[in-house]
Amino acid sequence: MTNPIGDVEKAKAILITGSNTTENHPVLSCYAKRAARFADAKIIVADPRKIPMVRHSVLWMRQKLGTDVAWINGMIHVIIRDKLYDEKYVKTRTVGFDDLAKTVGKYTPEFVEGITGIPAEDIEEAARIFAKAKSASILYTMGITQHICGTDNVKSLANLAMITGNVGREGGGVNPLRGQNNVQGACDMGGLPNVYTGYQPVANADNKKKFEEAWGVTGLNEKPGMTATRMLPAAHEGKLKALYIIGENPMVSDPDIDHAKACLEHLDFLVVQDIFLTETAQLAHVVLPSACFAEKDGTFSNTERKIQRVRKAVNPPGQAKDDWWILVELARRMGYTMNYAHSRAIFEEIARVTPSYCGVSYDRLEHDGLHWPCPGPDHPGTPCLHKEQFTCGLGVLHAVEWIPPAEQPDDQYPYYLTTGRHIYHYHTGTMTMKSDGLNKAAPECYLEITPADAKGLGVADGEMVEVKSRRGAITVKARVCDATEDGTVFLPFHYAKAAANKLTNTALDPIAAIPELKVCAVSISKTA
Amino acid sequence: MSSQSILINGRTAPFETGESILDAAKKIGIEIPTLCFLKRAMPTGVCGICAVEVEGASDLVTACNTPASQGMVIRTESPKVVARRRSLIKKLLSSGNHNCAVCGTGSGEWERFQALVQGRDNAQELCPVWGDCELQNLAFLYQVQGENTPEPAQEFPKVEINPFIVRDYARCIGCGRCAQACNSVQVNDAINYVPGEAKAGEFPLANEDCVFCGECIQACPVGALVEKNARYTVRPWETKKVRTTCSYCGVGCQLWLHIKDNRVVKVTGVEEVGPNWGSLCVKGRFGFHFVGHEQRLTKPLIKENGKFREASWDEALDLVAKKLGEIRDAHGSDAFGLLTSARVTNEENYIAQKFARAVIKTNNVDHCARL
Ligand code: SF4
Ligand code: SF4
Repeated sequence: MTNPIGDVEKAKAILITGSNTTENHPVLSCYAKRAARFADAKIIVADPRKIPMVRHSVLWMRQKLGTDVAWINGMIHVIIRDKLYDEKYVKTRTVGFDDLAKTVGKYTPEFVEGITGIPAEDIEEAARIFAKAKSASILYTMGITQHICGTDNVKSLANLAMITGNVGREGGGVNPLRGQNNVQGACDMGGLPNVYTGYQPVANADNKKKFEEAWGVTGLNEKPGMTATRMLPAAHEGKLKALYIIGENPMVSDPDIDHAKACLEHLDFLVVQDIFLTETAQLAHVVLPSACFAEKDGTFSNTERKIQRVRKAVNPPGQAKDDWWILVELARRMGYTMNYAHSRAIFEEIARVTPSYCGVSYDRLEHDGLHWPCPGPDHPGTPCLHKEQFTCGLGVLHAVEWIPPAEQPDDQYPYYLTTGRHIYHYHTGTMTMKSDGLNKAAPECYLEITPADAKGLGVADGEMVEVKSRRGAITVKARVCDATEDGTVFLPFHYAKAAANKLTNTALDPIAAIPELKVCAVSISKTA
Repeated sequence: MSSQSILINGRTAPFETGESILDAAKKIGIEIPTLCFLKRAMPTGVCGICAVEVEGASDLVTACNTPASQGMVIRTESPKVVARRRSLIKKLLSSGNHNCAVCGTGSGEWERFQALVQGRDNAQELCPVWGDCELQNLAFLYQVQGENTPEPAQEFPKVEINPFIVRDYARCIGCGRCAQACNSVQVNDAINYVPGEAKAGEFPLANEDCVFCGECIQACPVGALVEKNARYTVRPWETKKVRTTCSYCGVGCQLWLHIKDNRVVKVTGVEEVGPNWGSLCVKGRFGFHFVGHEQRLTKPLIKENGKFREASWDEALDLVAKKLGEIRDAHGSDAFGLLTSARVTNEENYIAQKFARAVIKTNNVDHCARL
């Protein structure tokens, strides 16, 4: 997030898109709901599903799946046409406005209605509400990024925020909500193929030298590595021989699970380090038991870039160990010694090699967390990014064109399928499904289907249906409701037994390498 | 700096326009007891416990919703104030199944009342929130006893059908904090109650809009709302609390893990800091059972002939080191990939990428955040 969570309550307009906020980021959603209820903020929801947040909104735009760039360009079109943009901000802080204006020229509300199904007057209204608000915040998650055009979607949202002067403004910002507790931290720590900690590129001689010195090694690799979504196919092709997976369960979370399984089975050697024998761990050659969050010390960095302490409360079961201990031991056996008495010592090393973390220490985190960048021991941290200027000079407005999703309904697979989470389970359910209460509240998978579609198929609420795509099929209970629109169905992806990701598409966004999990085509039939 | 001030118990208390007497008192460290007052919600003053004496006013005023005004002279523990509080506390204590030690009339009556309440609760012990109850604390502070009769006039229903929360109307004091927590803080609109308009226990708590965030439990000052799986089994004097960060979504709520015998038995939100200021969601509050779950992995496993067998750390790590070394030597560094995790700590992610880069010499490092 460019802005802190508390800022959401200060926004006068909040555009929520591709984020079922009340279910996936419940506590954060309260800030938006309170802003609407008690401070007259106007919430605009753009979502193909009638998510609970719609109840709190003044306007709900139901776009067809995979048409986000179109409606966002439509809003920008109206804002430029009616001169509602922040001229001074655009002039002094951004580049690329003319190109953007030219590109969005053809995205008239009527043209956009044709692509997205959103009524032209709603696009106009949304544009006015957003541009006229004293501060306007954008909240989004995977509904925006899990598309072949995910990078374009994000750029479009950034365009919208920048031309209205909302980046660097209190109560504004472009705010991706991280789905997993420490996605931010994993990225910050260099858990990415192209960067060391703090986003220092690996393909840079100075960085190479810096880390060689810090780590006491020579010959660090300057060639960026493969993303997760490329590692699996590489395993299939035999280029990747060994894979080490820590605490992830791609056998439920990856698109096209059957294919993912084939890839993992192709490996010469698979090590999985986890707290449970997950679907993925079952494929491993060696499984290493690790401690969970309540059993160890450390830090997480949340979605607002706030570094917060994790503290050991109980002992790990049996011989389970801290993930770092396991890797340090392994390194030692491969001839490289690391010495840390405690996670605190690791954090001190992180601070030494990471400019954005260098002012942070466990002592400072004792009572409350700190937002990075925090470049010195007296620096108060940075809750709001890009306040006076963008980190990299001027903000670039990227003109982007809409492209249709990789897969569209046809005669054989006539329905659109989209996927997501609900409030009672988390990701692949490995953790939440151990709580009886949560299982009682949400015991099994279901397919949301509209009354008209259900009637057309002769399916009643609670009956079992088979859902099939080009990649696989699952059987699941029909839940007849009006959450989606006719022709579109929804599946939560938590359940391994009826895994939505047996159906989803592996088509990737060419830049971010994120698969198009949010759109694919399926057929549905009643099971005998 | 504000130039306005009031005098509380003879001490000067500065305040800003719009602040209440309670706010001003808090700033100079004077505590005025409250019951219905809930941070982050509009004060209602319905319980009356925060009554204080304002010089020149005909009656006591409630400190939580009376704005401070220049020159006020206030006494927070005058005889009149104390008498008022004692009578309010006594009334509340006598209004339901408040079977803590401070309640009682004659000894025979007390025992019969105990037996009755324990029978209704199907319990052998005193109230489920004994030692963790704001009404009980006030009763101790002001030395008040209730007048519980063995047969409370009305038998209140207890709602236990949902998987997370026991709603015990017989201990409800009608303060309305749950309604404010639900409607003003979480904005879930599941509790339809306007404090003061209905008698305790006469409003149906929580409709189908309830999403089990448990904000109402944390807000309840008494034992009317209790976590189902902690009721009568988790007592504050048996547990220790450890503060940490929620491990589910990216909001990063601050939690108290309540620990008993090396197990997490209850979770509450940390009220003093953001991002959550005490709020949690159903996963953070009730999804902790995986921590000590019997299916947890406890030993390294090595697969042989398609089956796992247990192994020692030495054996497992030696095997992994040998295999990874062989593959690196035969196929090069980039034949190795490491998926680190959005679930583990920063320190662990750091070591994971350091391992791949410094030991194996590959940048094939990623995590599953794209999924
Ligand atoms: S659990 Fe949450 S949603 Fe349910 S009644 Fe309590 S505060 Fe409201
Ligand atoms: S308590 Fe809920 S909202 Fe808060 S971090 Fe945990 S999962 Fe997210």
